[in-house]
Amino acid sequence: MTMKNLIYILLAAFLFTACNNAEKKETEVENDLAETKVSAENKELPELSIYNLPSTWTTQNGENIQLEDLRGNVLVMVMIYTSCKAACPRLVADMRNIEKQVPEGDLDNVKFIMVSIDPETDTPKRLKEFSIENDMEDDHWLFLRGTPEDTREFATVLAVSYKKISPIDFSHSNIISVFDEEGVLVHQQEGLGVDNTETIQAITTEVSN
Amino acid sequence: MKTLIRLAVCIAVMIQSQAYSQSGSMVEVKGGEFIPLYGTKTEVPVGDFLMDVYPVTNAEFQQFVESNPRWRKSQVKKLFADDNYLRNWKDDLSLGEGMLPNSPVTNVSWYAAKNYCECQGKRLPTVDEWEYVAMANEKQPDARTEKTYNQFILSWYETPDTYKKTIGNTFKNYWGVYDLHGLVWEWTSDFNSVMIGGESRKDSTGDNNLFCGAAAVGATDLMNYAAFMRYAFRGSMKAQYSVKNLGFRCVQDVEKSEL
Repeated sequence: MTMKNLIYILLAAFLFTACNNAEKKETEVENDLAETKVSAENKELPELSIYNLPSTWTTQNGENIQLEDLRGNVLVMVMIYTSCKAACPRLVADMRNIEKQVPEGDLDNVKFIMVSIDPETDTPKRLKEFSIENDMEDDHWLFLRGTPEDTREFATVLAVSYKKISPIDFSHSNIISVFDEEGVLVHQQEGLGVDNTETIQAITTEVSN
Repeated sequence: MKTLIRLAVCIAVMIQSQAYSQSGSMVEVKGGEFIPLYGTKTEVPVGDFLMDVYPVTNAEFQQFVESNPRWRKSQVKKLFADDNYLRNWKDDLSLGEGMLPNSPVTNVSWYAAKNYCECQGKRLPTVDEWEYVAMANEKQPDARTEKTYNQFILSWYETPDTYKKTIGNTFKNYWGVYDLHGLVWEWTSDFNSVMIGGESRKDSTGDNNLFCGAAAVGATDLMNYAAFMRYAFRGSMKAQYSVKNLGFRCVQDVEKSEL
């Protein structure tokens, strides 16, 4: 092999690294899909499912999960950051109010998920402390932290906007979203302290489905 | 042989970064600080980066979907693109009638644009980066107070169907970048960082400054109006939207390109 050929080969390899990664990611997803297809009664993942997102997240217990690991649960999701003093305590209270009104028997099939918009500050340790402070230690409470990029992407799916406005503060949308067992968005409530009857209705409907 | 391979790798890396920076496709933008119209009252820092000289074209995107089937219009998942995705294309791989290969690609969702850039080893620019480069005219890095600069942008906003033009049709700005104004609007990585005051029912700390400030308008009226249109547009977008006058271009961190 001549030097020139070697360089060409290497060059080609380099140029396609990025794309190959993306494709590899896709293949992995497809493999995952293939597996879950079997487990989930041969059902194909709906196109609008958030489980099409291949991102990896860390929980308050330091475990790494794929969103798809949550398949089969009804998800109630909100984006917050733990150092927030303004809206988040009220958003967290809204989540708790919703949780309290979901019948106890249904709670096994529901996950209440807080996704951090401030992954730099909200380490798993910090999320764990937050869950303890807020008495959200039951299994149905889940706190997630991802990369800044995946967090931004995830927000686009929830139609949540957020922006860092000072070293410690973010402005952000207050939206609580409900997803069905296949990860498809079924309901959103916007605003703080709003009437959550419809949200609870959506959760119980999905659980009974 | 090991040394040879190592040498070859080095050369390959050098060639690769040369290919990126010298193919005429990207130019370096020296970072700095500026006060964007919206979202903050203080200066924001922008680092050095490379930016595509032109928006991504139909032909370039065509190549992309050829090698990435999941972004073809018949195969793209609805989570990642709405029904308008590549709407005017004849089929998965061919442009529609009257579409020029050298026109900016439009009707692309944020997810598709983001993945396109990632596949080039690049990324979408942030709102701040995009605005920073876009405040330049031919001669000055910040021409926002120039009457002619603002008139150009506003008259473009009033011209229909400019997305059908070919790239390079407008002026080359201070940094060597073309077509930031005049052809299409462009995706940014954090377009969903824009919180428009009118949506304050959703926002925890809604930024109503723009509207309050409107009562005290002065010489910077035009400049604010032109930029406000862009921010309002971004604020109204969702990532799966594919819009006929919205395209994109990529940027790259300087360190990454030099390795």
